[in-house]
Amino acid sequence: MARGVYFASLLVGAVALSGCAAFESKGAPPVRINADPYPSTYERYPGAVTVIRGATVFDGDGNRIDNGTLVFGDGVIQAVGGPEVATPAGAVEIDGTGKWVTPGVIDVHSHLGDYPSPGTASHQDGNEATSPARPEVWAEHSVWPHDPGFARALINGGVTTFQVLPGSANLFGGRSVTLKNVPARTAQGMKFPGAPYGLKMACGENPKRVYGSKGSMPQTRMGNIAYTRATWLKAQQYKRKWDKYNRNGGEMPERDLALDTLMGVLAGDIIVHNHCYRADEMAQMIDMAKEFGYKVGTFHHAVESYKIADMLAREGICSAMWADWYGFKMESYDGVKENIPLVHNSGACAIVHSDDANGIQRLYQEAAKALADGRRASMNISDEVAWTWLARNPARALGIYDKTGSLVVGKMADVVLWNGHPFSTYTRPERVWVDGAQLFDANNPEKRPVSDFELGQPGEGDVK
Amino acid sequence: VRGLLKFLPSLCWGGEPAKLVEGFFLAARNPSTILRMVPLPTKTWGGIAVLGLLVLATAPAAAETFAISGGTVALGDGSEPIPNGMVVIRDGRVVAAGDVRMKLPAGTRVIDATGKWVTPGIVAGFSRLGLAEIDLGDDGADDTSAKGPFSAAIDVVPAVNPMASTISVNRADGVTRAIVAPGAGSSIFAGQGAVIDTGADMRPITAARRFPFVELGEAGADLAGGSRSSAHALFRNALREAGELSRYTPSLQSGSREPDERDRPVIRNPNESRLYRSDVRRSDDVLLTRFDAAALVPVLQGRQYLLVHVERASDILAVLDLKKEFPNLKLVLVGVTEGWTVANDIARAGVPVIASPLNDLPGSFERLAATQSNIGRMRQAGVRVSIGMINDDDTRNQFLERQYAGNLVGLSRLPGNTGVRWGEALAMITSAPAKAIGMGSEIGSLAPGRRADVVIWSGDPLEGSSAAEQVFIDGVEQPLDSRQTKLLQRYRYLPRRELPEAYRR
Repeated sequence: MARGVYFASLLVGAVALSGCAAFESKGAPPVRINADPYPSTYERYPGAVTVIRGATVFDGDGNRIDNGTLVFGDGVIQAVGGPEVATPAGAVEIDGTGKWVTPGVIDVHSHLGDYPSPGTASHQDGNEATSPARPEVWAEHSVWPHDPGFARALINGGVTTFQVLPGSANLFGGRSVTLKNVPARTAQGMKFPGAPYGLKMACGENPKRVYGSKGSMPQTRMGNIAYTRATWLKAQQYKRKWDKYNRNGGEMPERDLALDTLMGVLAGDIIVHNHCYRADEMAQMIDMAKEFGYKVGTFHHAVESYKIADMLAREGICSAMWADWYGFKMESYDGVKENIPLVHNSGACAIVHSDDANGIQRLYQEAAKALADGRRASMNISDEVAWTWLARNPARALGIYDKTGSLVVGKMADVVLWNGHPFSTYTRPERVWVDGAQLFDANNPEKRPVSDFELGQPGEGDVK
Repeated sequence: VRGLLKFLPSLCWGGEPAKLVEGFFLAARNPSTILRMVPLPTKTWGGIAVLGLLVLATAPAAAETFAISGGTVALGDGSEPIPNGMVVIRDGRVVAAGDVRMKLPAGTRVIDATGKWVTPGIVAGFSRLGLAEIDLGDDGADDTSAKGPFSAAIDVVPAVNPMASTISVNRADGVTRAIVAPGAGSSIFAGQGAVIDTGADMRPITAARRFPFVELGEAGADLAGGSRSSAHALFRNALREAGELSRYTPSLQSGSREPDERDRPVIRNPNESRLYRSDVRRSDDVLLTRFDAAALVPVLQGRQYLLVHVERASDILAVLDLKKEFPNLKLVLVGVTEGWTVANDIARAGVPVIASPLNDLPGSFERLAATQSNIGRMRQAGVRVSIGMINDDDTRNQFLERQYAGNLVGLSRLPGNTGVRWGEALAMITSAPAKAIGMGSEIGSLAPGRRADVVIWSGDPLEGSSAAEQVFIDGVEQPLDSRQTKLLQRYRYLPRRELPEAYRR
């Protein structure tokens, strides 16, 4: 019940908690907590019913349709198939011959908005590095909606959805937020309706460096684990109080914003996104999750996932990875260029992520490199299957796969038309739609967003 | 000798009369003739281009005569790729490349590159390759920037570690040379940069002390105490102090004999003692140590290149203006995000640019006009542009340069964007950076006489999905394994075996 009451509104988006189910049983609590106090105000923009014909379609679920047809309108995918698919009356028809169509790219790891451009000191809003455990902070409260990086990710990278995470200075960095890549005046105006929250956790070098250098805990990896476990113990105790209250009523327990978030994880409503590089540390975090009864959704960076890909497959944990980053810190020293295909090949969930305002513009090229490296190591993976690394898998990791992440009838019409094979360095998005609204057209300078920050600056409205 | 070198290209290109080809073999049969044709392939090479003649004893151990045939050959000089081309290599140098049809002496090794691409090795335009094993927070693993008492005199050479894992990773991806600059630690003057190769041996230095590197944009302002004005004042003062010391440096008369050892005391090694004797008098108000001031003498005299990092349009113009005050400066601009807005000025000044290619974010107030079309627009204005990676994983990810170059080609297909042709893009990561620092006659292209840094790729090298399959440096085939390839082998298959993973190698 606690779970239902506490987090129901997460699942229905901005809809206010309705009904009085909680009051129906005797002793039910008199106070209900609003689990969605900063609700999404995103509304899709209008778009014509559109048909793209003759393109090669990667549907994001691992399927390919040559000479494909995609129909979308009213914000959703209406039909996907071959040349036999009919054009609805009045639809705008686009010739996709020689082009490719995919669902919009999804990045599970971004700091856009929290570490925006320009990267001035006053814009460093991604790490609340004042305590190793800060699950009470929410990334959305740092998101600057005028970050010029959003538009770059859209027009150069075909990114239609991304998760903004707090940084990794802390063991518990705070809540993440999933955003639609649609310019808005507020962070709420970008929030992906109905997307569950995530919790950023971190293992390894960063927390122990940040706090160890201040002479406080954690200073070591064992300190990392001890501090994290101690925090989970508090969360368990907190959850017991609330469960009891929600069951029996009585005096409302004192609220704690930090433990609210952790309780949400223990209840299964908030997805854990765990920054972790080394295989041995991932194994420790898996045991910790079992100890406290939660699940790790995705290991982020996961540079050594290839060493334990079998374990990750067994546990059903995704890895969000770079194609070829290595060695920029000790815990990334064992990076290999086949990491992504090795994880995929083991049957585990592989995701290409950016963690970078430049990298997010070329995730499709990163996937291409990883795929080619995998094939050279005799892993037979098709292009269309590799596209799941950018679509289905990140959508699942974010808990939004029922809404986007593949070109399936009824899902959000988040669509990219590419001017060539999307695994080529020569290729760029030609048009991008979010919920069926065309937000970028390479042939139309009017369809090019310009952030507030860039108005009146050199290069305003330029190609980027 | 010079005549022969000139003659060689026409000798070797396809369609030439057979007697010319015969001439080649005539030469080939006479070892002494050939040896004299080929410049000295020594691995260390001073700041001034002094090419000695070949001395047998110094030839690379494994250098040989061989040819690569059947592949798509791109010369790296800006021209477009040539299908079914050939590259002929002798004693560490390129003899001929391109649309060549040549009979080879019996027994010559011929590598079949059918279906492959063949290019010069990638020349990393601006890097810190070889200076760091690991970047972040690991004592002893990062040697990029010094915070000690010295500045311009700091020499990157003793910091380069040819056994760094970063070098093997980049070698395996076709990066054969790199321009390596120190990072600025405590002064706008970071120190003396070098050109290195990535060969699997202990002699990485191609050209020591080729240029000092100086920060004159936002980073320079910070290092100078908080303003660009201060940075420029420091710069001018430093050259003034160098000017004082230059009175004690034997002058180099233009048009006179080649300089000998005594004429080049500073450029050979700024840390040598010649200029620091107590009888070398200096003003009382000096800011630089004698070492630092002496290191800038060759810059002042135009005997060394000066690499300057600037991004903002006004900073670019301020640096170009320095040439009015110090006419001998051989400037090279690095970074140059807003270069397109003043491209005509840069072109007019004839100053080469080593640009960061895909910077399109206003990451700071000195990069507001950032666009990926920057390089294409500068190129259209006639600027000599190459690609570098300043502050962009510049200790380790030089293999990304070919992907960056490919993106510039991609831009040329997008309305409103300005990209570059394929051949130009390849040149920007091969011959153009070499030319920017006056080494185009040595490295960066497959023109006859160049060092035989050659890569055979699985496909179009500007596609990220292509890989280097064979890499030659100075004509010596290089190993392509690395920690990464060994880790892959160890963990390619995970099922438990008779012994732990640690026994697999």
